[in-house]
Amino acid sequence: MTWKPDPTFYPSPRSAAAAPPEELAYVVTLNTAGDGDRRPDALNVIDLRPGSTTYATRIGRLDMPNVGDELHHFGWNACSSALCPWAPHPHVERRYLLVPGLRSSRIHLIDVKDDPTAPKLVKVIEAETLAGRTGYSRPHTIHCGPDGIYVSALGAPDGGGPGGVLLLDHDDFEPLGQWEVQRGPQELAYDVWWNIGYDTLLTSEWGTPAMVEDGVIPELLLGGRYGHQLHVWDLRRRRHTQAIDLGAEQQMVLELRPAHDPRNPYGFVGVVVSTTDLSASVWLWNRENGSVSAHKVIEVPAEPADPDELPPALKPFGAVPPLITDIALSLDDRYLYVSCWGTGELKRYDVTDPARPREDGSVRLGGIVRRAPHPAAGPLTGGPQMVEVSRDGRRVYLTNSLYASWDAQFYPEGISGWMVKLDAEPGGGFRVDPEFFVEFEGERPHQIRLQGGDASSDSYCFP
Amino acid sequence: MISHTGVWVTLIVLGYYHGINPAMGWLFAVSQGLQHRSRRALLRSLVPIAIGHELSIAIVAVIVLGASAAVPSAALHMGAAVVLFAFGVFRFVKPRAHWRWTTMRVSDRELAVWSFLMSTAHGAGLMVAPVLIGLQGVGEASVNARAGDSQDVGMLSHVPLLPSGIGIALHVLTMISVAGVIALLVYEKLGLEVLRRAWLNTDRVWALAFFIAAAVTLITS
Repeated sequence: MTWKPDPTFYPSPRSAAAAPPEELAYVVTLNTAGDGDRRPDALNVIDLRPGSTTYATRIGRLDMPNVGDELHHFGWNACSSALCPWAPHPHVERRYLLVPGLRSSRIHLIDVKDDPTAPKLVKVIEAETLAGRTGYSRPHTIHCGPDGIYVSALGAPDGGGPGGVLLLDHDDFEPLGQWEVQRGPQELAYDVWWNIGYDTLLTSEWGTPAMVEDGVIPELLLGGRYGHQLHVWDLRRRRHTQAIDLGAEQQMVLELRPAHDPRNPYGFVGVVVSTTDLSASVWLWNRENGSVSAHKVIEVPAEPADPDELPPALKPFGAVPPLITDIALSLDDRYLYVSCWGTGELKRYDVTDPARPREDGSVRLGGIVRRAPHPAAGPLTGGPQMVEVSRDGRRVYLTNSLYASWDAQFYPEGISGWMVKLDAEPGGGFRVDPEFFVEFEGERPHQIRLQGGDASSDSYCFP
Repeated sequence: MISHTGVWVTLIVLGYYHGINPAMGWLFAVSQGLQHRSRRALLRSLVPIAIGHELSIAIVAVIVLGASAAVPSAALHMGAAVVLFAFGVFRFVKPRAHWRWTTMRVSDRELAVWSFLMSTAHGAGLMVAPVLIGLQGVGEASVNARAGDSQDVGMLSHVPLLPSGIGIALHVLTMISVAGVIALLVYEKLGLEVLRRAWLNTDRVWALAFFIAAAVTLITS
């Protein structure tokens, strides 16, 4: 029990942006070593304190109890949404990381309070428990919500649909059940987040477990069968209110990044690939006159390439698709970072006017053909994938792995894991920090969470 | 037996106590002001919050009034003490228990319902109950002053209606004034940063208040 509010809870995004710089990063890694010596996936602790003798190295690690979880996205048990006015709980603690295995469907509860550099496993929710209580499997995204912990899940235990959202109890972390009261036409799932000031929840679409676990299936992709819709829900009544179809050619609608200011009724969502021309795009959703609409605000074209340099899956096209697999919005709702995992580029857009993003920076790292180098490491495999922005918006962290079976299709020669840092000074300047390069031997890093919160971990009820 | 003044003062003090608690309404009022970028929205929201709080307490008052007419004074005190004690244990064990609520866009009616549920979940009315029971003394005094009243009338006026009504109104008026002043201060001057520094955990203190109320109710029987 604490007497004062958790110091990492902030009533508003503006207040969070004034927080001191983060000192640690938590990064999940996927173990991809050959079958003979397969080891568990892990939660790693990276030192981010400039001047520390262990700066930019791994200073802690927790192996999962089993092999083959495919740790993916993870999140906190509690965050700034605990200050929301209808039921404030400011004295709970941001203490546990909930780390789901996308392949195993286990959810790990990990305590980082006593020694933040030595995470401790305190509980595992097994796949059977999750399926029994919720009917869902393949948990994906975790968000600390105002009345529980929200978890998106790709599908049913048998590998089919529907996927959806489930709730975990705030206190004992037991699965409470499906979140949806009425799902309407929604079948596919991926991400979940909300415009908290408008009682609106949004979900996006990837594919059912059967559609994604063995790699992207070309017939499904070209047939427009992967997700291409955005779903709008009434957060309070838990009912589906709108399905927004971006067009069957817009395949895989993934990361949802709502504006942080609760008065802003909009947000951004990335689309991995268009089957028309292999371009990738970012769409803006906006609420006007009571309903939500979406339109494309960013399009990144494919880059022509010599088929000899392309993996088998891309040879017929003679081009590298940008593959927008992750996006991140700074806490001031001003800068949108866009990962182009295929072409190996991180783009930055000024989205002060969200309907008209203006590109104001770009960094090249890796890429299917380009393999752009890092100053500390030479040519890179993989490309900017998971992107995380610090609360103050001055530092951006990147990792390079997507999902094992998809990594193998787009980077068949293998991905050597890395994490890098970029410096983003406000008002211009956006460059690679030449000193910061973390290598993961035989392992692939995925999502990053910054100690005390970051630009995709918290929701704010006050502007 | 509690004196007249003692009763009013206690109700006003409890009004302050409820008004200061962010979970009882002022924080929601601030959020309404900020969300709609208007001080008027903040002030407007105080009305339904007060109505919800008042309703929550009125229900307890009706129960106390009914019980006082139906059961002997000692039993009323004992029963109330048991309920208060049990509620204190509940708040102690489950300090974060409340109805589920996840909405920011509220109509006046919804806000009143929210305030009612929140006040009820936190036992705001129960906390006032011992004071209402304390009014019994005031009632008896007035009954005794009017010689010749029948025993039945005496029973009915154990907890007098009018002083109870005035007492609750006084309480709610204090509560909403305090909540309103804090909400305006935070909205206009202090900013929400104050939440991070000044918001002490009163869960245990709140629970403790019920134990004290239970003890007082027993002692005064």
